[in-house]
This record gives sequence, structure tokens and C-alpha cells, in this order.
Amino acid sequence: MSRLSGCFESRKIEGKTALIVYLVAGDPDPKTTVSLMHAMVSAGADIIELGVPFTDPEADGPVIQSAVERALGQGINLSGVLEMVSEFRNDDSQTPVLLMGYVNPLEVMGYARFAELASKCGVDGTILVNLPPEEAEILNSELAHVDIDPVYLLAPTTTAARARKICKVSRGFVYYVSLKGITGAASLDVSDVEDKLAAFSRLTDLPIAVGFGIKDGDTAAAVASLADGVVVGSALVKLIGEHAGNSVEMTASVCRLVTEMRQAMDAATA
Amino acid sequence: MSKTLSGINENLSAYPDASGHFGIYGGRFVSEILMAALQELEETYNRLTNDDDFVSEFENDLIHYVGRQSPLYFAQRLTNHIGGAKIFLKREDLNHTGSHKINNCIGQALLAKNMGKSRVIAETGAGQHGVATATVAARFGLKCQVYMGSVDIERQSLNVYRMKLLGAEVTPVTSGSKTLKDAMSEAMRDWVTNVDDTYYIIGTVAGPHPYPKLVRDFQSVIGRETRQQCLAQTGSLPDVLVACVGGGSNAMGLFYAFLEDREVRLIGVEAAGTGLDTGLHAAPLNRGEVGVLHGNRTYLMEDEHGQILDTHSISAGLDYPGVGPEHAWLKDTKRAEYVAVEDQQALDAFRQLNLMEGIMPALESSHALAYGVQLASEMDREQIVIINLSGRGDKDIHIVAAIDGISIE
Repeated sequence: MSRLSGCFESRKIEGKTALIVYLVAGDPDPKTTVSLMHAMVSAGADIIELGVPFTDPEADGPVIQSAVERALGQGINLSGVLEMVSEFRNDDSQTPVLLMGYVNPLEVMGYARFAELASKCGVDGTILVNLPPEEAEILNSELAHVDIDPVYLLAPTTTAARARKICKVSRGFVYYVSLKGITGAASLDVSDVEDKLAAFSRLTDLPIAVGFGIKDGDTAAAVASLADGVVVGSALVKLIGEHAGNSVEMTASVCRLVTEMRQAMDAATA
Repeated sequence: MSKTLSGINENLSAYPDASGHFGIYGGRFVSEILMAALQELEETYNRLTNDDDFVSEFENDLIHYVGRQSPLYFAQRLTNHIGGAKIFLKREDLNHTGSHKINNCIGQALLAKNMGKSRVIAETGAGQHGVATATVAARFGLKCQVYMGSVDIERQSLNVYRMKLLGAEVTPVTSGSKTLKDAMSEAMRDWVTNVDDTYYIIGTVAGPHPYPKLVRDFQSVIGRETRQQCLAQTGSLPDVLVACVGGGSNAMGLFYAFLEDREVRLIGVEAAGTGLDTGLHAAPLNRGEVGVLHGNRTYLMEDEHGQILDTHSISAGLDYPGVGPEHAWLKDTKRAEYVAVEDQQALDAFRQLNLMEGIMPALESSHALAYGVQLASEMDREQIVIINLSGRGDKDIHIVAAIDGISIE
């Protein structure tokens, strides 16, 4: 069983929902990223999505766009992101780490070379926003050789027939994008999410994580009882941006939010 | 079928394949939220292209609203001056709104109307596609929002005001390089958010499938007319077609009807900016690498890490780091050739056509002119070169004036 599947499995046994946190690699600088990852785990995060900076983040809102620009300003690229994962692995061999972003940096590195390096560095999965399964055959086969899980997305607009195909190629979990929009957009509609998740969970045995529109303890708690995983991104990235000059204050505020969500989710599923 | 093409004896005009690919290029690289909308667009398009009412409504608007057909004009004085092949100009600059962009916008606005969408969005660089979109939105009573990089808004203020007069809202894009590519990203962000009531009118033969195909099809009227006009006026097919390539819609529109005429050379002209070796250019087919951006795989201006590079061209309409996937395919199969022309050469061609023929070309089209006229001068007098004059140059007067040290604003 992959580290990712194992993580969902043990949360399930404990009766808990996995808390998945997102940050942009290299925001505000490479050194801070790895220590933030450790701090988030201590504060209650189960899984980390590490954003790979790309010049044209067409599915991201202003908060993550700014973070990406800060990271690119530091010269961060895919190979640098892989080094950060490797450094994180020196002190944490348990927490699954996924790379999230756009396909072009992987395409240019070469899928085979990416798979080899990512595996060596301890990457557990990929979430590529602009790579639907139809275009992913080659990448999927390279990732399968090294036991890295490609995670695919479901959206409110996904039909049942497509959802079935997506769930078939997704590994580790499937990621439900809970609203039509970009990252950091408006709040989600919980009853709508409930209906969709009920429909999708009939199509797959994979855990389903919900992202987009989750920004605090309340929204996290509302989704926690419906899904196997809750993803929070822009709300954390916003705090990182606000405290970019002061790493102590940054870490403290990020950890406060992670802990708030952890506690709210655990209370909701208790 | 002729076998002039190494290894490719199949019907090139049959592409893209069923999954939207031109060889390895094209495809549908978008967020899951948009997959259903693209599927719906593809189905609607496939149905309507075989629908007599839709086709005649489109053709009727091309005649009575756009003013087609556009002339194929023999530039006799220019031809005599250079003393080479006969130079013909396809006068897309004479269309309503002043460029070829309107052909595609009429087609897509009709699609939007058929799909029951009440709002259209568009990206624009030079503003020509934005103006054409705002125009058809007014014509069909659709709400219209145009995304435009703040740098482009600065250099094309006339077109910005034109769009506003047409009732469109123009939103400045301040992220990234603040030009066309960022406007396209922002339009995609709008579309994922408002996909239920909004139709995205992409202005060039790029983007996710089926856009490269449908934009090409709507623009292919340029080549069909040209082929017929050339046969009627000269009794033969042209030897060479020349068109500028940013995203590549006017070039694809001209080339498509000639793809199977293997004896006709097809030449696309990219923007070499201040020179291909200076790095300040917009020539992905000449100097780019393969990658994925804005929904399709194609040649891109990118670095070794897959980050998209800033581009430069004197003409905002060519200032884009990617290119339509069909051009990438025509390059690899060697059916078309792609060259590049520098800012200065384009400016010289702009001035020359004003003086020789009394026609003011857009700076985009001036790139095609610069190459086409040079090539014609090296050819025989019996031969024929057709250059696509994709747009008129009124929008560029202040740029040329500024180079002459004259402020007209």
C-alpha cells in the first residue's frame, strides 16, 4: 500500500478525516518552505500538497498567483521543489507529499526523468490541474513504475460517465473541486457538496478529498463529516504572504489555522 | 495524392483527429471544470457545421455584415518596383472592424447564441480580436467582457476606447508579463467561474480542442476565396502564400484550402523582434521548444525548466509565446515553412506599402509583407506570391509616429 493510501486508511480507522494542506514551494523562500512543512505536520496536517511554481497558473486566484510570483522571483523550479521534498524526507518519512501544479514543467523535464527523480526524493503523488486523464497516459505509466500516485480531479460539472473513468485512473484518492471557479474563490455550498459526494462515492472505493472554498474551522468541519479528506490552500498561502517578512509570526499564524481546522474537523467527526 | 512530403502521404486537411490532436500537438489540457463545456462545444459545433440554417446564417453575415468577399488585389506598382514575382494582397484589412478577426467572431457568436449563452468573454493583444468580439456582441445582443494586459492597454488605447463604445467592459490584466498570454489566462479564470452562462470566444487557432479546429474552419473562408480568385484572375494557383503568425489564425485561414495543393509553398512569418539571437522576439516555431500552455501542446517560448518566457514584438498581435498546434504540426511535417522578420523590417514594409500602393497595413501583416516582398524579388516574373493583409494599420499609427518622434496623443 502506498504511503498515501496508508494515510487515508489509518485516518479512517481512527474515525477521522484527513487534513490536506497546500503551500507554494519556495514561498516566501526555499528554506522557510521545508520548516513550514514540518510545522504544519506538528500542528495537525496529515498530507502536504506542495505547489510547483509555474509562470501561468490559469486555474489559480490572486492569492496563489502572488505566491507563485514570489517563488519564481527566488528562482524556484521543479528540480528545486524536488530537492525540498528530499530535505523534508530527512526528518519525516511518514507524511505523504504530493506535488500540485501545471503539467509543463514535468513535460519539459521529461515524464520518465521526473518519475525517477520524484521517486528518489520521496514524492508520493501528483495533482496536475491542466492534465485530464485523456492526456495523461504516458505520465501515468511512468508513475506506475515508481509507485507514485497520480491523483485526478472531479468537478461539479463532471458527468457520471466521466467520473467513472477518472476514478479508474486516479490512485491514492480523488480530489473533488467543490465549486466552479479558481482557487481562493467564494465559499462552498455544503449541501451541494453533500449531494455530489454521495453520487461520486457510489462510483469508487477511493477516498474523496474536497478542496476549493475551505478557509477556516467552520468550513473544514462542515466538509469533514462528508469527505475522506479536506484540502485547505489559499487561506494558508494568504497568511504566508501577509507575514512574508517575519518567519516566526508566519509559522505561528499558519499553525494556528491548521490547529483550528484539525480541532474543528475532529470535533465534527467525533 | 502527391508524395512531395516525406513520410506524410495522408490527407493533412483531415486533422485534428477525433481526440483533437494534430500528431502530438493540440489536445485538451484544461482543468476538469471546463471538460464538460468543451465537450458540449464540440458536440454543438459538429452538429451545426452540418446544419444548413447555421451555415447559411454564417455565410449571410460574412457577406452583408463583414463585407465579404475581400478582394485579391494585384499590387502592380509594388511588383514593377521590385521586378520579380507578381505580388497579390488578400485584403482582409477591408473587412468590417479592419481585420480578419471578425470572421471567427461571427462564427463563434452564432455558436454562443445557439448554445443559449448570454455573455461572451475574450482575450486580446492588439485589441483587434477584442474589438471584433465587442462588435459581434453588440450585433447579437450579448454581454461582453474583454481581458487585456495592462501593457497592451497602454499601447493600444484607441482600440480600448472602441471596445467601450461598443458596450464591452475591458478588464486590465496586471499579472505576469501583463500582455496577451496573461489576458488569456485571466479569460480562462473567468470561464471556469462563469461556465454556465458564458461563452469564451478565443481569437486564434490555439486553446483546447475544439478551438483550434473551429477557429480555423471559420477563418478558412480566406483561403477558399483566395484560391478561387487566384484561379479566376491568373488562371493558375499561386506559387507561394505568405502570412504572419502570432497565434496563427490568419495564416491557418489562408493555408487551409491549399493544404492538399502540395506545389503551393506555405510560409508563416513570426515576429523576430529585435533579432532571433537577442532573445527579444516572439518566434516559438523558429526558436521555441514543445510544451503545454493554454489548453494545448505546441511550440512555446520557454526556458529549460518549462517556465514561459516573456516575448517581444513591435506588434502587440504577434506578442505571444505560443502558436496554434496545427502550425506546429505543419512545421514538423514540413508542409509549411516558418521564418521570422524583425521589427525594423516590418516597419520598412509598412512604410513601403503606404508609399507604393496607398495601403496602410497593420504592423502584424507588415511582417508577412516584409518577407513576401523580399521573396518575390528573388523569383521569376511569371510566378505568383500572395500575401495575406490580415489587418489595417490605423491602430498602429501612433506607434510608428512615436518612432518618428511625433506624439499624436
